[in-house]
Amino acid sequence: MSGLLENTSTRAIGADIGRVDGPAKVTGTATYAFEHQLNAPAYLHPIQATVVRGRVREFDTRDAEAVPGVLTVLTHDNAARLADIGDAELAVLQSDEVAHRGQVIGAVLAETPEAARQAVRLVRVHYEERSHDVRFSAARTDLYTPGEAEDDEQGDLAGAMASAPVTVDHTYTTPMEHNNPMEPHSTIAVWEDAGLTLYESTQGVHSVRSTMAELFGLDPERVRVIAPHVGGGFGSKGPLHPPVVLAALAARLLPGRPVKLALTRQQMFDLVGYRSPTIQRVRLAAEPDGRLTGIGIDVTAQTARFKEFLEQAGKPTEVMYAAPNRRITHRLAALDVAPPTWMRAPGECPGMFGPEVAMDELAVACGVDPVELRVRNEPGTEPASGRPFSSRNLVACLREGARRFGWQDRDPEPRRRMEDGWLVGTGVAASTYPTGQMPGSVAAVRFEDGHYHVRIGAADIGTGAWTVLTQIAADALGVPVTAVRLRIGDSSLPSASLAGGSTGTVSWGSTIVAAAQAFRERHGTAPADGAEARAGLPDNPNRERYAMHAFGAQFAEVRVHADTGEVRVPRLLGVFAAGRIVNPRTARSQFIGGMTMGLSMALHEDSVVDPRFGCVVNHDLAEYHIAANADVVDLQAHWIDEADPYVNPLGAKGIGEIGIVGTAAAIVNAAYHATGVRVRELPMTLEHFLA
Amino acid sequence: MESDIILRVNGREWPLRVDTRTTLLDALRERLGVTSPKKGCDHGQCGACTVLLDGRRINGCLVLAVACDGSEVVTAEGLGTDGELHPVQQAFVDHDGFQCGYCTPGQVCSAVGMLEEVAAGWPSAAGRPVADTPVLDDAEIRERMSGNLCRCGAYANIVTAVRAAKEVSR
Ligand code: FES
Ligand code: FES
Repeated sequence: MSGLLENTSTRAIGADIGRVDGPAKVTGTATYAFEHQLNAPAYLHPIQATVVRGRVREFDTRDAEAVPGVLTVLTHDNAARLADIGDAELAVLQSDEVAHRGQVIGAVLAETPEAARQAVRLVRVHYEERSHDVRFSAARTDLYTPGEAEDDEQGDLAGAMASAPVTVDHTYTTPMEHNNPMEPHSTIAVWEDAGLTLYESTQGVHSVRSTMAELFGLDPERVRVIAPHVGGGFGSKGPLHPPVVLAALAARLLPGRPVKLALTRQQMFDLVGYRSPTIQRVRLAAEPDGRLTGIGIDVTAQTARFKEFLEQAGKPTEVMYAAPNRRITHRLAALDVAPPTWMRAPGECPGMFGPEVAMDELAVACGVDPVELRVRNEPGTEPASGRPFSSRNLVACLREGARRFGWQDRDPEPRRRMEDGWLVGTGVAASTYPTGQMPGSVAAVRFEDGHYHVRIGAADIGTGAWTVLTQIAADALGVPVTAVRLRIGDSSLPSASLAGGSTGTVSWGSTIVAAAQAFRERHGTAPADGAEARAGLPDNPNRERYAMHAFGAQFAEVRVHADTGEVRVPRLLGVFAAGRIVNPRTARSQFIGGMTMGLSMALHEDSVVDPRFGCVVNHDLAEYHIAANADVVDLQAHWIDEADPYVNPLGAKGIGEIGIVGTAAAIVNAAYHATGVRVRELPMTLEHFLA
Repeated sequence: MESDIILRVNGREWPLRVDTRTTLLDALRERLGVTSPKKGCDHGQCGACTVLLDGRRINGCLVLAVACDGSEVVTAEGLGTDGELHPVQQAFVDHDGFQCGYCTPGQVCSAVGMLEEVAAGWPSAAGRPVADTPVLDDAEIRERMSGNLCRCGAYANIVTAVRAAKEVSR
């Protein structure tokens, strides 16, 4: 598709290059949102609702205002009116209504963080409290079918289940989980005559700019968003959440002065979204040799009563396995909770837990090797749509993974291996993630002082965008990487789509390729100083014709202590088919990072809601456990060479999310092999083995 | 209540008047503009704020600035600079021991402090008898670095980096 990238001059793409922002990050001099040095900042601390539902009758702020250093107390009474943009989550301080516990109902602005925090504790709030309901269950009678996910039925699954010689019909659950990027959501907002400047921890400066401009009724040109480095996001820094709006509202009351707001770790559990819990009934109908005649998944997820979000966990069942009868449904429970949001591989991550454990159960029921079972059910075209795959190398991943992992000698009988008091087993699961592309990016290339200055408002949330976009630009221009000066992370640069849905590198990269081509066409290979060209992301007509997905296979070894039930994962090995790999070093980090988060999901992560109080009670990192260093032992990520001429000019697929997909299922399947105990809920903890 | 203190940070002296509630971490980040130590939890649960205080690794969020009067603080920024990285920092770059970089200055300080602890014969919870001289194998590195969370999941590469740095410093 791109002559520039097909010829042999390609040097940077595929090269094992260290991160260009590496030295800044290891010395801690890379600047994150809260770290921009501005003159005389004020500090903001939110006031959060302590009831689940109701309305605020009255604030008593006298004691708070008496704290030395307090500048103002912000409530719905003195907050500016915002435009109604159809997103109730962002209607911050627009009324006295409380829709979930922990909701922002005000804030204190003070000279120091200590004063702001002390004053918040002294604000007395009188509520009119209403009854609430936060109980998530598939047995609720008020579940509804969301508009964006009508029931999808091919053939007759119930008939297939009734007549199949072998069936699996079980319910699997995944819990509420919180993204918890290491850098808390943070904002510095400065309101001046010229407009609003936001130093923001975000996955997309331009989407923050357009949303904030709309909310505050400003020309987008008067809003500037700056985010050169972002300390992780995993989805929660994709869509906007209330804190950035709150910071801008406060800054408006204090023109000219920077207002700083960093959420505490506890507030992150209330205000910036989470992965919805899911309940998945999975049905498989099969011939005795494991060939599927039917596959179905009925998903129940939760949403906030005041804002809908659907965790589309049924999605991967459209893609994975051949079967003439198929049924995919989603139901939502609307509760008095904060809205869920994207969390790494939304849909696919929870949605490959139930089905991939069910496939393991089918393998056991049929006496077929679980790798072989998946190979037998490989479809020729995308099952739900009938479209051909642009490339699909799941089988190659399974075979390569089996070879590397040493799968061939596996005794399929469970509970056969015991070493030093530990029951040992191995398991496998498949991964998939769609290869998307987001519209709307523009890149500019300018030649100046002997360098090619490439500008696009992309975000590097740890993915390596600073590095891989430099590599892509170098090859697209046919110059060494040292000749490229990249600028990203600022809304004053040409518009860029979000870092989300594993689309960043391919969307921004393809845009840079187009801009480089435009530059060469206009200015040739010996451009004058100041020569410039820009281009937008071209349409890709192949996107209509082909189903585009990355695939992978995950293998796990699990040890369960025979007496204590303690679970360890000494080995995890993933093999992925994700198109062309732009930088093996940063790509490997993406894969192992995803797999590590998958391990964390398998063994630890669980946001526990107390239905009486309507909030997550284990709301810090001491009680909401994420994987620590000692949890990860032998972790390997590999990939196969995959050339996909259709996906985009780079031939690359997104890699930020697929690593988490399937990991938890592989671990749970390995634990079954170790112990003979089938766990169908996450996280998998020692109580499952002590019954 | 406020107190006058002197902090020595990365070799430079800072006379400072602090609210006695101010943590060392906030004093560094919000008062001195030394933002290399990061705030991930403010509760001693993540390690992002790790600095070397008089040579030992500590969580900057768990120490009050007023208690550090006269102390020597070294952050990742004080360990090395671009062009002259500390061997641990260079190893993190070489082995891609990070992604977003937010936990990284803390990981780096923690690794430097940890290598000193091992050299001084301090035991760990990795399972060896406490009286034994510690041998820094991968299991020891993992255990001794487990106070530093990394949500990007770079642990496998962090262990490789620390092992490589230990080899260099030998
Ligand atoms: S910020 Fe100090 S340990 Fe997390
Ligand atoms: S590198 Fe992102 S948290 Fe460790």
